[in-house]
Amino acid sequence: MKILVCISNVPDTTSKINFTEGDTQFDTNGVQFVINPNDEFGLTRAMWFKEKQGATVHIATVGDASVEPTMRKALAIGADEGIRINAVPTDGFFVAEQLAHVIKEGAYDLIIAGRESIDYNGGMVPGILAGLLGMNFVNTCIGLEVEGDTATALREIDGGKEKVTAQLPLVIGGQKGLVEESDLKIPNMRGIMMARKKALNVVEPIGATTATADKKFEKPEPKGAVKLTESVDELVELLHTEAKVI
Amino acid sequence: MSVLVYTESENGKFKKSAFEVASYAKSVADQLGTSAVAISFSADENNSLGAYGISKVLSVSNDQLNSFNAEAYAKAIAEAVEREGADVVVFSSSSNSKYTAPLLAAKLKAGYVPNVVESPSSTAPFTVKRTAFSNKGFAHTEISTAKKIVGVSNNSFGIIENSADITVEDFAPALSDGDFAVQSVEVDKVAGKVSIADAEIVVSGGRGLKGPENWGMVEELAEVLGAATACSKPVSDMGWRPHSEHVGQTGKPVASNLYIAIGISGAIQHLAGVSASKTKVVINNDPEAPFFKAADYGIVGDAFEVVPQLIEKLREFKAQNA
Ligand SMILES: Cc1cc2nc3c(=O)[nH]c(=O)nc-3n(C[C@H](O)[C@H](O)[C@H](O)COP(=O)(O)OP(=O)(O)OC[C@H]3O[C@@H](n4cnc5c(N)ncnc54)[C@H](O)[C@@H]3O)c2cc1C
Ligand SMILES: Nc1ncnc2c1ncn2[C@@H]1O[C@H](COP(=O)(O)O)[C@@H](O)[C@H]1O
Repeated sequence: MKILVCISNVPDTTSKINFTEGDTQFDTNGVQFVINPNDEFGLTRAMWFKEKQGATVHIATVGDASVEPTMRKALAIGADEGIRINAVPTDGFFVAEQLAHVIKEGAYDLIIAGRESIDYNGGMVPGILAGLLGMNFVNTCIGLEVEGDTATALREIDGGKEKVTAQLPLVIGGQKGLVEESDLKIPNMRGIMMARKKALNVVEPIGATTATADKKFEKPEPKGAVKLTESVDELVELLHTEAKVI
Repeated sequence: MSVLVYTESENGKFKKSAFEVASYAKSVADQLGTSAVAISFSADENNSLGAYGISKVLSVSNDQLNSFNAEAYAKAIAEAVEREGADVVVFSSSSNSKYTAPLLAAKLKAGYVPNVVESPSSTAPFTVKRTAFSNKGFAHTEISTAKKIVGVSNNSFGIIENSADITVEDFAPALSDGDFAVQSVEVDKVAGKVSIADAEIVVSGGRGLKGPENWGMVEELAEVLGAATACSKPVSDMGWRPHSEHVGQTGKPVASNLYIAIGISGAIQHLAGVSASKTKVVINNDPEAPFFKAADYGIVGDAFEVVPQLIEKLREFKAQNA
């Protein structure tokens, strides 16, 4: 089985978000970038398929050279080789078209992406990708087994879970649950040394569609001070008459 | 030209979010000087959408589509888009909507913007405001493709009554076996419990509650309020509560009207995922807990004393206001 894990490079969850250039750009100053958490779960599940079922695992990222440290981290976790598509990811459609091109060339059986990136929260790359490739797609995936050509996946639905089956080739939008939190791998020294020698191939982008553009950003209004109360009577009264939520 | 909206139902009944997205579609249609058309699957009271400005419903009643299937639904919606000449398609933020919309985007070569919180600020260019960076910011996003898809953030636009004359048409989309290639084997859903996504009120517990055995009072509080229950990440990591209850940046997003956080410190990743809730109440025994800075109301106190009192008070309140 040939697996491609799509890795998106995102600000660490503790990052403070700021904007520059008249609020038209995300300010990367002082921001630490990491593997998107949803992708980390997917990558770790891919490692399981590598160890238990002899799968090969490639990673791909659409990004400029600044994404390479994050890709090296994914290689240190155990992916075999990486493909960097050398373009600034303008929007979800653009990224999906770039990835679709690489996937067609590489003849992958299983594409593991994340449910959403925690930066722009698009949640669209895996679905558009599956649509463009005409592959089966399972979103919000929290469990995945593959036997022969058949995948059995568990997905989270509002208020519960659903078990589905689908033939490969398959695209999933993965998230926490794909593996246990405690199984997430922190790269060790050996992994980091080995990652340096692994191939990280840079390919040039194809002409693609940019369907959406963020023209301006803003931060939420600062919050008014909290109203503290000592009594539950007063709280219930406030929720009823002031906040009008009960 | 028209605006098409996917109005979701469960067991034949429209979800509350269906009325919100219908209201949103009507607002966009007014801006464009056109009408709002809904597509529903196995819904019983299609006429009820008229109260929110929908002038036509394409009603699909095909046994194969009784239960949700993303690819088949996307295909049916794409056919409806074609038939109605729709330029804008409106979805909610449910997990089914977020599953279907990108598949439709690929079919229509359409730009898709999720988590939208307001009606478009401009229709030419088509520009919407959405949350980004896990609620730490907003983006004003332009869609440049001919067909446009908008996913409305739950509880952000509201339900707006706007009575319209409505017609209901049977709609039988052309589907093939290939559209059902992802097959549902089993659905495991707790009956009679509100989901976090659909809930107007969410009651959430953190590590301050000490152990899973103390969740009885959280569930009781949720029951009195008709709320969904949720938890912080460590609580689900330790197995005190199911993963599906984990909310925050890496868990489920919460956009309820009321969010009550009990024994949760208010870490940045937690706040990011819940801050879209309108009113936030914090119960914590540490006055320095960061969550108080992000809250609207708070009680500094021991949860094990405050929560039982609150339950009792709310019972009284419900009895008086029933
Ligand atoms: C990559 C990453 C992603 C993450 N994503 C998420 C996420 O999505 N969601 C999330 O929740 N967290 C997330 N976290 C974890 C987050 O950083 C915090 O560790 C977590 O939210 C803390 O959970 P807590 O508030 O329940 O526990 P604690 O921080 O331990 O807080 C417990 C609180 O309970 C209070 N308390 C104690 N006893 C009582 C009592 N008797 N009565 C009342 N109050 C009491 C304490 O004062 C304290 O404030 C993430 C972390 C990382 C690194
Ligand atoms: N620039 C990118 N390069 C590679 N994969 C990406 C990129 N952006 C998004 N993805 C993948 O698509 C998933 C969903 O991202 P998004 O649609 O941006 O929320 C991520 O979890 C990644 O798996």
